Amino acid sequence: MADVDVLVIGSGPGGYVTAIRASQLGFKTAIVEREALGGVCLNWGCIPTKALLKSGEVYEQLGHLADYGLKVEKASFDFSQVIARSRKVASQLNAGVGFLMKKHNIEVIEGAAKLDSGQGAPKAVIALKAGGSRTVQAKHVILATGARARTIPAIGLEPDGERVWTYREAMVPKAAPKSLIVVGSGAIGIEFASFYRALGSEVVVVEALPRILPVEDEEVSKAAHRAFEKRGLTFRVGASVKKLTRSKTGVSVEIEAGGKTETLQADVAIVAVGIAGNVEDLGLEALGVKVEKSHVVVDRHGATGVAGLYAIGDVAGPPWLAHKASHEGVHCIEHIAGRPSSGLESPIPGCTYSNPQIASVGLTEAQAKEQGIAVKVGRFPFRVNGKAIAAGETEGFVKTVFDGKTGALIGAHMIGAEVTEMIQGYVLAITMEATEAELHATVYPHPTMSEAMHEAALDAYGMVLHT
Amino acid sequence: MPALSPTMEEGALAKWHVKVGDAVKSGDVIAEIETDKATMEVEAVDEGVVEAILVPEGSEGVKVNTPIARLSGEGEAQPPPAATPAQDAKPAPEAKAAPAVAPPKAAPAPRAGGQRVFASPLARRIAGQKGLDLAAIKGSGPHGRIVKADVEAAKPGARGPSPAAAPGAPAAAPRPVPSLQQMGIPEGSYDLIPLDGMRKTVARRMTDSFRDVPHFPLTIDLEIDGLLAARAKINAMLEKDGVKVSVNDMVIKAAAAALMRVPEANASYSPEGVAMHHHADIAMAVAVEGGLITPIIRQAELKGLAQIAREAKDLAERARTRKLKPEEYLGGTFSISNLGMFGVKSFSSIINEPQGAILSVGAGEKRAVVRGDQIVVATVMSVTLTCDHRVVDGATGARWLQAFKPLVEDPVTMIV
Repeated sequence: MADVDVLVIGSGPGGYVTAIRASQLGFKTAIVEREALGGVCLNWGCIPTKALLKSGEVYEQLGHLADYGLKVEKASFDFSQVIARSRKVASQLNAGVGFLMKKHNIEVIEGAAKLDSGQGAPKAVIALKAGGSRTVQAKHVILATGARARTIPAIGLEPDGERVWTYREAMVPKAAPKSLIVVGSGAIGIEFASFYRALGSEVVVVEALPRILPVEDEEVSKAAHRAFEKRGLTFRVGASVKKLTRSKTGVSVEIEAGGKTETLQADVAIVAVGIAGNVEDLGLEALGVKVEKSHVVVDRHGATGVAGLYAIGDVAGPPWLAHKASHEGVHCIEHIAGRPSSGLESPIPGCTYSNPQIASVGLTEAQAKEQGIAVKVGRFPFRVNGKAIAAGETEGFVKTVFDGKTGALIGAHMIGAEVTEMIQGYVLAITMEATEAELHATVYPHPTMSEAMHEAALDAYGMVLHT
Repeated sequence: MPALSPTMEEGALAKWHVKVGDAVKSGDVIAEIETDKATMEVEAVDEGVVEAILVPEGSEGVKVNTPIARLSGEGEAQPPPAATPAQDAKPAPEAKAAPAVAPPKAAPAPRAGGQRVFASPLARRIAGQKGLDLAAIKGSGPHGRIVKADVEAAKPGARGPSPAAAPGAPAAAPRPVPSLQQMGIPEGSYDLIPLDGMRKTVARRMTDSFRDVPHFPLTIDLEIDGLLAARAKINAMLEKDGVKVSVNDMVIKAAAAALMRVPEANASYSPEGVAMHHHADIAMAVAVEGGLITPIIRQAELKGLAQIAREAKDLAERARTRKLKPEEYLGGTFSISNLGMFGVKSFSSIINEPQGAILSVGAGEKRAVVRGDQIVVATVMSVTLTCDHRVVDGATGARWLQAFKPLVEDPVTMIV
């Protein structure tokens, strides 16, 4: 006899959302969390960084007040208060997840779970935070243990909490470093680079691939590179880290680019070289769960191949994004409940909350061409968008990629102010399988920056109005 | 395949009146087309020689605009393109090609049996490009929506299991019907009559209505001695004109008059709101071989009994030979079904959507009734009003019956 229908392990945006949906579907549900409800996203990731970035952005704006005819004297910041605000935001949301669990009658078990073979599904032996252990037999176990920063100890890329940070330490330092080296130019690296630069740090970003934000469309990468450089960030692209050494006063990072070596010096280094799935200490090996490159191998519904065991979110592989985890979790539990599949092919948007912001969904132009698609590409710069001019936010552009044969929108790429809020229009369009006809026929409110989205769709068909 | 009504999506080619080599001229009947409601004759609008019959007699589910025959211009050699004779307006030296499809080809939103087919814009576009019929494709998206993957997987020309089961069918999956064999009726113990258009339509419309429309019956008794006496007088008067008014004709007239007095009962539910009809367009159920059909007496409240009688007779006759035009049976605001001639005492009909009510008329028979404290003999007829509760509430239906009763019992009041 099972104790619960569904046991979710990990309460990040993948796990807790899955638990809520499970409860809605009538499953008796419990969730295990070894640290804090909400996981990395709420406590150490998406949310607290957005709070930091907002502080950085507001502070940076103070430097441009004259552009708006405003004046402020002696702008400064209290770093400890910037951090305190970020922590307060995180704790508010953490409490919110607790409330949601209660509301949906989901039992929260604080402790670390380890799986063992059970009846119909693995059983979980949970080392309780409060001491002792408890065994829970569920009919379905969903792993949502997430991921953590990948480290490479062999070359010194591992945090020490003092001079070398991961996102976690970077979120709560006592003071902003005067100089900073960020290793890795994905979303996490770029966001911290952007934040600390806004507060005045000298920042160098090291990227092994030939361009920053390598998953984004090449044109967006280029534009971002220029925009960040204008703000005083410096980059080393195509540069691999040979060795990071730390001292009492700082770090030195030896890099090699194009056959030449260079040693960079700074107070602090942030390691942002990717993500490693939390697959350890869960008893996965003994159960015969297939793990590849620190991620659990699953089918499209999240099934691991071990009866009754599923995995979703970061631990099940990229893209490592909170909304992807929630989406997979909901799909997984609906599949378990025998609901028809929908949304399996839904595109997953990606957002980087730097200044300027970057947002994208679907295929880049290069990816589409690699697939042999005859693309139609449209572009529209914010420089000629009325609202952007009025707001003094003319940096950036919108780019659309259409399948020239069918007219399907297959990719959209944006850089500029608030584009992370706008991308959803295109996400919906792709999910609904819109063609250029629907995007052209849609009315975009004036004056908004979203008009650029219309223009970029028109431009792909030679119908752009305002350039 | 010509579209014989605005909603027609497909038709069955019931009969060819011409064969290859026949010369036809404009106005000649060349074929009979059976739709879900009626069989209609197709006339040639062009002159020429039938060069090829493209759709054989007896073909069902032929999509509108599918070429059914090729007509060559007089004296023309064998021109290649196909043409639908009924659609080409004027003779041309060459055989008429099917109209070219305008550029961004998207499959139109077909209506399988009046139901919209839900498909993503991209699925429509690809279906258009590949020449696929969306109605024949099963959707795998939310609520059965047809998405890109479905049209990409579909083979050109592929058809669904049957037109009725094609998507665009109600969002809710149709109830699985077990086979007769599963129900314990062995094969060979019965004859199977294929479902024709009318049978399918009746089955679908009645099932949808009975399941989806919250309906309730209201029954009252009417004394019709007065009505019978009036009818005798009227018929004596009309005899020279060859018109005979039936009880049903008088019920139609009385119902129309009652709808004018209680207009709330002359209503239709729609998601946008309740449609309050201006006129009483009375649909009368006519049993025909293989089903039934409900031709309509339009604006019955404005018509005299003689006219109603003439129209009803004509419509019923043409219904039985399946010669009604779509506009003669589509629409209507209120229905009347009469089984009195079979001796049925009382029954309650299924709402004929989107009409708000239907009146079921039983047999007029002599019954013992209590008048004051006396038991007397009177001719009594029971009628039942089935109401769509979304538009006609109990009290509204009752008020309608209250208005209807004196009109029938004392027909003189209909004149007012």
